[in-house]
Amino acid sequence: MAIGLHDSQVSNPVLRWIDQRLPVVTMMQKEYGTFPTPRNFNYFWNFGALALINLVIMIATGIFLAMNYQPHTAHAFDSVERIMRDVNFGWLIRYVHMNGASMFFIVVYIHIYRGMYYGSYKKPRELLWMLGVVIFLLMMATAFMGYVLPWGQMSFWGATVITNLFSAFPIVGPEIVTWLWGGFSVDNPTLNRFFALHYLLPFVIFGVVFLHVAALHITGSNNPLGIEPKGPQDTLPFHPYYTIKDSVGIVAYFALFALLVFFMPNYLGHPDNYIPANPLVTPAHIVPEWYFLPFYAILRAVPDKLGGVLLMFGSILVWFVLPWLDTSKVRSMRFRPVARIFFFLFIVSFFVLMWAGGKPAEQPYVIISQLATAYYFLWFLVLLPVLGKLEKPLPLPESIAAAVLGTKAVLGGGPIPQAVAAKPMEKA
Amino acid sequence: MADTMAPQMAQAAPGAHPGATKRDFLKLTTAAFAAVGVAGIAWPFVASMSPSRDVLALASTEVDIRPIATGQAITVMWRGKPVFVRNRTAEEVQEARAVPLSELKDPATDQSRVQRDSWLVMVGVCTHLGCVPLGQKPTDAKGDFNGWFCPCHGSHYDTSGRIRRGPAPSNLAIPDYAFTNDTTIRIG
Ligand code: HEM
Ligand code: FES
Repeated sequence: MAIGLHDSQVSNPVLRWIDQRLPVVTMMQKEYGTFPTPRNFNYFWNFGALALINLVIMIATGIFLAMNYQPHTAHAFDSVERIMRDVNFGWLIRYVHMNGASMFFIVVYIHIYRGMYYGSYKKPRELLWMLGVVIFLLMMATAFMGYVLPWGQMSFWGATVITNLFSAFPIVGPEIVTWLWGGFSVDNPTLNRFFALHYLLPFVIFGVVFLHVAALHITGSNNPLGIEPKGPQDTLPFHPYYTIKDSVGIVAYFALFALLVFFMPNYLGHPDNYIPANPLVTPAHIVPEWYFLPFYAILRAVPDKLGGVLLMFGSILVWFVLPWLDTSKVRSMRFRPVARIFFFLFIVSFFVLMWAGGKPAEQPYVIISQLATAYYFLWFLVLLPVLGKLEKPLPLPESIAAAVLGTKAVLGGGPIPQAVAAKPMEKA
Repeated sequence: MADTMAPQMAQAAPGAHPGATKRDFLKLTTAAFAAVGVAGIAWPFVASMSPSRDVLALASTEVDIRPIATGQAITVMWRGKPVFVRNRTAEEVQEARAVPLSELKDPATDQSRVQRDSWLVMVGVCTHLGCVPLGQKPTDAKGDFNGWFCPCHGSHYDTSGRIRRGPAPSNLAIPDYAFTNDTTIRIG
């Protein structure tokens, strides 16, 4: 090794020359090649990789949309229609971007609830989890501003209702709203800045994703058993075991994505957004995109304006303190027979909110939203802290290898590939 | 601001704060100046997002009220928002004035909300989250108090535009306006 150069193990001379000066090949090999990964992942562990791919797809399609999009109230709607009708493959790029946003939220919701079920937020992964919550908040902001860009009726009124949320804060509220708008209503200055931010935020997300992954590579991944790997018998090198497992998931993901884009591109959208924005007429029934509905339902469940706004923001911010609300020493819900039941009810409350958020603000939907909201917070603020103390968890397996391989592990483990074939990884 | 090197490198100040050094003081002062500097630099960027001069310049609108017959209303644009101008019937005025203030969520007399008895001029933006309430057209739903009804989350306003039921916290806002003569109103 020459002085000042990295001691590279790469054999290809060109790559080696680069790697000695900037050890990216060594780093990739360490973080994605030999990286020791728990051997018992199920398919829920695909969703991080899927989210990253989805982000790349959003940025790629977004940049090409931006080449034809016009952020002006007089031209925005028509420029999107031009993309749909006249720009070569414009319809494809836009439908991929539009449905890509939905796919992104499907993937990320599964990724988040995976973390909640298997206790991935617990020590030592608290910061990793919190960075994830930051990513989710940035995604919500990005998707919200993106939806305003086509300047249809839902764009305009969604923007009006959501920016007005800030008017609920006492004294400074109305000032903040005027500042957000850059005027006295949602108008051209608002559209301009939303476009600038919609372009910027995905790159910020990219940066936070980098930190999220960096933190992951310090603590290592959690796994369905929620116990830490104790040695080499508990792990597999990331490549080829998990590159191939992720690939299986990617194929399924692309199949669903293609189904949406080619056969039902407007299924998840709202037809009113194909009516140009009209500041004088509010559509009879305003609903946000499906992925915001649970939070919208919480907003409407509270009869008080400020209370509703606080509870809605609180429903996501509470995720930040989840690592400290959950007092149980056991990570995975597999070993928490009681908490597990309440966890499934919590998932049900989330879906009930999603459903109720899309209904008009009248009975019985209001009372249903109120009950589901109550349970949502009960889970985080009461059940999790209390159950951790009261519940008697099931006995944890001695090690990942012992749980996956049975007696073979105790005898020192067999050759890895056969052992894996003997008991394929389960789909939890 | 802990700096493990500092106590050994600088002499400790005699007396009151053991361990505090002259260097600590310099660091805090420097940091404070830097913070003020950053805030000063950030301000123009933050302020650039507030309404610009051209937006502020568009802040008034003239309305000819001659075509509005008794019982009719029109909607005009002012600062990108709808403004309702309603020529109320005597019964509507009567109805608004008969309500005791104790029944109101945001108490205000009808007299305090108008300049001329029949003419009600209001910003047509629901004080909940900004939708445009229905009730301007004769065929619209007017809600349970015969005024306006916001379909977004169900706020009901009376014939004086006061909030009577639903999540909205306050009455429909009254913009600054003046009758420049008997047939013209200037809003803003
Ligand atoms: C986190 C990643 C992103 C998300 C979740 C997202 C989401 C969205 C959504 C929901 C829409 C509205 C689609 C519609 O109904 O028409 C949209 C539109 C748009 N986005 Fe993005 N986006 C992302 C990244 C980007 C990037 C990086 C760009 C690059 C400039 C971009 C440029 C655009 C443009 C120009 C439009 C308007 C055209 C249209 O409405 O189809 N997006 N985005
Ligand atoms: S915006 Fe009118 S009731 Fe919510």
